[in-house]
Amino acid sequence: MPWDRNQMAARAAEELEDGMYVNLGIGIPTLVANYVGDKDITLQSENGMLGMGPFPFEGEEDPDLINAGKQTITELRRTSYFDSATSFGMIRGGKIAAAILGAMEVAENGDLANWMIPGKLVKGMGGAMDLVAGVGRVVVVMDHTNKHGDSKVLRECTLPLTGKGVVDRIITNLGVLDVVEGGLKIVETADGVTEEELRAATEATIV
Amino acid sequence: MKKVYGSASEALDGLLFDGMLIAAGGFGLCGIPELLIDGIVESGVKDLTVASNNAGVDGFGLGKLLDTRQIRKMMSSYVGENAEFMRQYLSGELELEFNPQGTLAERMRAGGCGIPGFYTKTGVGTVIAEGKEVKSFRGEDYILEEGIFADLSIVKAWKADETGNLVFRKTARNFNPPAAMCGKVCVAEVEEIVPLGSLDPDKIHLPGIYVHRLIQGEHEKRIEQRTVRKREEA
Repeated sequence: MPWDRNQMAARAAEELEDGMYVNLGIGIPTLVANYVGDKDITLQSENGMLGMGPFPFEGEEDPDLINAGKQTITELRRTSYFDSATSFGMIRGGKIAAAILGAMEVAENGDLANWMIPGKLVKGMGGAMDLVAGVGRVVVVMDHTNKHGDSKVLRECTLPLTGKGVVDRIITNLGVLDVVEGGLKIVETADGVTEEELRAATEATIV
Repeated sequence: MKKVYGSASEALDGLLFDGMLIAAGGFGLCGIPELLIDGIVESGVKDLTVASNNAGVDGFGLGKLLDTRQIRKMMSSYVGENAEFMRQYLSGELELEFNPQGTLAERMRAGGCGIPGFYTKTGVGTVIAEGKEVKSFRGEDYILEEGIFADLSIVKAWKADETGNLVFRKTARNFNPPAAMCGKVCVAEVEEIVPLGSLDPDKIHLPGIYVHRLIQGEHEKRIEQRTVRKREEA
C-alpha cells in the first residue's frame, strides 16, 4: 500500500532534528507539525514569526496573528515577531535549516516547479522562490504521479521553475528519493511498494 | 514639526499625483493601511503603481482601488484572492510585476537604505531572472534586483507617539517597516496615538524619522481565513 497523506507527513517529520528552525509549506507539509513528537522544532512563518503555535480556540482568533497561508494561528512562549525583510533575510541567509514543500514537478537535477501552470490562473510565487534558494535543505512532499497517472518525478521539469537544482530529498506516496550526482537514488520504498513499482512510476533517471 | 493629522484625506493632502508609485504595508489583509486606502479612493488619483505583497480582496483593502480602476500596475508576490484583480489582469487593463516575496521586501528595505541594487540567489534560473544581470560570487550565480524608491509609503501600525515612533503588533508588522522606509514621504495610520514618553525607547519597532504624517482611527481588521480548533481537542 502506498503511503497516505498522513503517512507521508509522518515520514517527512523524520527529516527534522532537535533544535531545527523549519518552514513548512501549505498542504501535506502543514501536517508534518503533527508528527514531530518530542523533538524541539521551531516553525517559521515567513510573514514574520518564529515559534508558530496551533490554530486558536473558537472565539480567540486575532486578526493581527496569521500564518503565511493567512490562517489565524497562536503564539508560543518562544515566539518572536519581525518584519518581512528580516524574515526573508533569515531565509536567504541560510538560517532556516529546512523547508518542507509541496510540488507539481521535480526533476532529477533537483529542479523544482510548484508555482505556475502556463495558460492557467497564475496567483504568484509568494515566498517559495526565496525559500528554495535560501534554506539549508529542501524536502519535497508530493504524490508520485498526477491524476492522469503521469510521473511527477521527471528527467526535466516541463513547468516554469521555482528554483534550479534546489531539491535535496523527495518524499512521495511510493517512497523516498535523494537528488545525487547523475540522477535520483532510492532511499526507501513505502511499506508494500516494491522498488520495481517505484521505478516504473518514475520518469527520472534512478542511479 | 507637526505630524499628527485629523483624517486620511488631510494627511494625504498635497502628496498624491497621477502615475505615482506607492509602497503599501500589509500581508494579506493583516496590517493593511485601511484608512489611507479609503483616503486614496476618495482623492480620485489614478494610474497608480502600487508595490504591495498582495492586492487585497474584492471590495476591501487594495481591492477598493482596483474596483475604482485607480491602479495601473501592481508589484506583488501573490494575488490569488481577488476576482476583480484577475478580471482586469486577464483583460489587459492591469499590469502585474511578480516579485518573489523576499525580493519585494528587500527591494523596499534597500530603497529606504539608499541601496539602488543588490544581488540575490532567489529566482536564479527562473522566469524572474529574465533580463536581469547575473553575477557569480564564490562560484554561485546571483541576479541583480533594484531597490524600490516610492513617491509615497502608506503603512499601518498599532501605536505611535506624536513624533511618529511606531510599534506594531504580532504578525501585523510584516511589510510595514520596509514599505515605510522606501517612500520619499511616509504616512502612517495607527490604532492609538499615545502620549510622548509612554513608549519604551528600547521597544520602538520603527523610529519616527521614517514617518512624516500620522493619523489615528478605527480599523475593521478583517480576517481572511478564520481557522480554529475545538476545545475538546486540547
